[in-house]
Amino acid sequence: MTLLSVQDLSIRFRTPDGYVHAVNNVSFDIEEGEKLAVVGESGSGKSQIALAILGLLANNAEASGRILYKGQNLLDLPRREMNKIRAKEISIIFQDPMSSLNPYMTVERQLNEILELHEGLRGRAARSRVLEVMEAVQIPDAKNRLKSYPHEFSGGMRQRIVIAMALLCRPKLILADEPTTALDVTVQAQIMHLLEDIQKEYGSSIMLITHDLGVVAGFCNETLVLYGGRVMERAGTAAIFAAPAHPYTRGLMRAVPNIHDPSATLQSIPGQPPNQTRPLVHCPFAGRCGDSLEACFDILPELSPAPHQRACIRAVEELT
Amino acid sequence: MTSEMISVQDLAVRFTANQTKKWPWSKPGVVKAVNGVSFAVNRGQTLGIVGESGCGKSTLVRAIAGLVKPSHGTVRVGGKVVDYSRRKEVIALRRQVQMIFQDPVASLNPRMTIRDIIAEPLVMFFPEMNGEARETRVHALLDRVGIPRRNANRYPHEFSGGQCQRIGIARALAAEPKVLLCDEPVSALDVSIQAQVVNLLQELQADMGLTLIFVAHDLGVVRHISDEILVMYLGGMMEQAPADALVARPTHPYTRALLSAVPVPDPSQRITPQVLDGDLPSPLNLPQGCLFQSRCPARLPECATTRPDLKRDGRHYRACLLEAS
Repeated sequence: MTLLSVQDLSIRFRTPDGYVHAVNNVSFDIEEGEKLAVVGESGSGKSQIALAILGLLANNAEASGRILYKGQNLLDLPRREMNKIRAKEISIIFQDPMSSLNPYMTVERQLNEILELHEGLRGRAARSRVLEVMEAVQIPDAKNRLKSYPHEFSGGMRQRIVIAMALLCRPKLILADEPTTALDVTVQAQIMHLLEDIQKEYGSSIMLITHDLGVVAGFCNETLVLYGGRVMERAGTAAIFAAPAHPYTRGLMRAVPNIHDPSATLQSIPGQPPNQTRPLVHCPFAGRCGDSLEACFDILPELSPAPHQRACIRAVEELT
Repeated sequence: MTSEMISVQDLAVRFTANQTKKWPWSKPGVVKAVNGVSFAVNRGQTLGIVGESGCGKSTLVRAIAGLVKPSHGTVRVGGKVVDYSRRKEVIALRRQVQMIFQDPVASLNPRMTIRDIIAEPLVMFFPEMNGEARETRVHALLDRVGIPRRNANRYPHEFSGGQCQRIGIARALAAEPKVLLCDEPVSALDVSIQAQVVNLLQELQADMGLTLIFVAHDLGVVRHISDEILVMYLGGMMEQAPADALVARPTHPYTRALLSAVPVPDPSQRITPQVLDGDLPSPLNLPQGCLFQSRCPARLPECATTRPDLKRDGRHYRACLLEAS
């Protein structure tokens, strides 16, 4: 069953120098219990999509299209209604665990706030629920650490608290925006393990936003590749890694060094990230693509049908 | 030809932490950021330094560059011991040893054009050079790192992160150094751009015979660029070995745990990260024995009391009381 459906979503920002087109006609679905990876480099629009889902876009943003959740379009939902969905139905884990916790509030108060607002829980009932999630995210000695402030925890522990916060109301969908980018590999491994266990137990869907292909391969069953605010490819993770069908995905995979295969040369993608101040009229990757034809600079390719969706006018067999 | 370009003997860096003072008259705590690190790198080779955040890897290269003062130990560049207490010598050192920083944008002065940024080391180190020669040299450097010459009058904010890192590399090369210290040069960059910068560094190294010390937390990148890899934990050296040997046959328990946690971009391969229990001890209060004992899965009773020395087996160094097996 489809849980969330993003349809023809475009996001642009008003700036003194004109519009910046961050997301361009993106459509995708998230099924119940699915672990979807949204992969892209900075400027690909991956975080803006997550913010749009929760209605957290900056004031100068203009979003069009539809984000359907349980029959309602989240983009037109009034603030009061949106607040009922945030944290309870859809929650988010931000990249930087330091700046997503309030430094002036104890961990317990920050967690309680959510329970009080969404579930009307207070006192002992709230406390036992908080303890339960703190234990679920494996914070040692949780009982005694409830009264601590965020700065008293290490980076990895802080990220666990942020995850605990996202889990409090057992949401249907968790948006994880680069949850491990700020952490060391050993801690990253622990956090990803934890997310996996929790996802299994709670049956939530997860949308994992990342640029790390290693994390995607180990965690997600579906992968969506974005470039220049546009979907380049979408397929099962196994299929995408076995046979990437878009020149950008292929380039990305060749650019990542594999620690167990040092013989492979690192092939960089030439050129610079796209200029997003002009509306898209052709494939955003055409200028950096090794397989581009003249036609690539005239046509904005549409996504091909499922299961292996790709937006490229060239046949897979023709790609280098 | 293999000759030693840079070597570090028992280097230690300490910082006094005044904020740990309870009373104005109490003694400040001492953060032991780097504890007795030794290594040598031959001309034209690359040493990769890896470790988790806070392990002292950046402090180590900063100490070599003379940006923080080493409290103990010696650094030899081209066979000559560097005396960090003499400013003249530190400046002479920077002629030979240049550095590339992690944040490409923040490491360039926003009020200078990139021409001036790249010309500054030339003014400093080659004062006899006239304006015309300097301009030619700046252009040559821009060409070398792949920035179009017509951009010389622009300011850093007009460039992307990858381009700024190229400008930073051009500035480092302007002094015609023999050693390049790279402190997480690609961590702030996107994957596709990261590969461009890594490849550029490798090309430059091959062309100019540069010696690189490459610090990063991304083991994949370090493995790719390095001849040898040094693993640090809590300011100390755990293991050092040729890159292939270290990845294929890690012998230190910490290296094993670190490598097991590296995600592999291949969904058919499942990694089983070895979870390290316990927290990192505070560098204000280091354990008496092995630095890694509090989290080591293979701890022996004597690990708590004896700090293991670095033992050598061919080109493989390790600091562990356990027998290598």
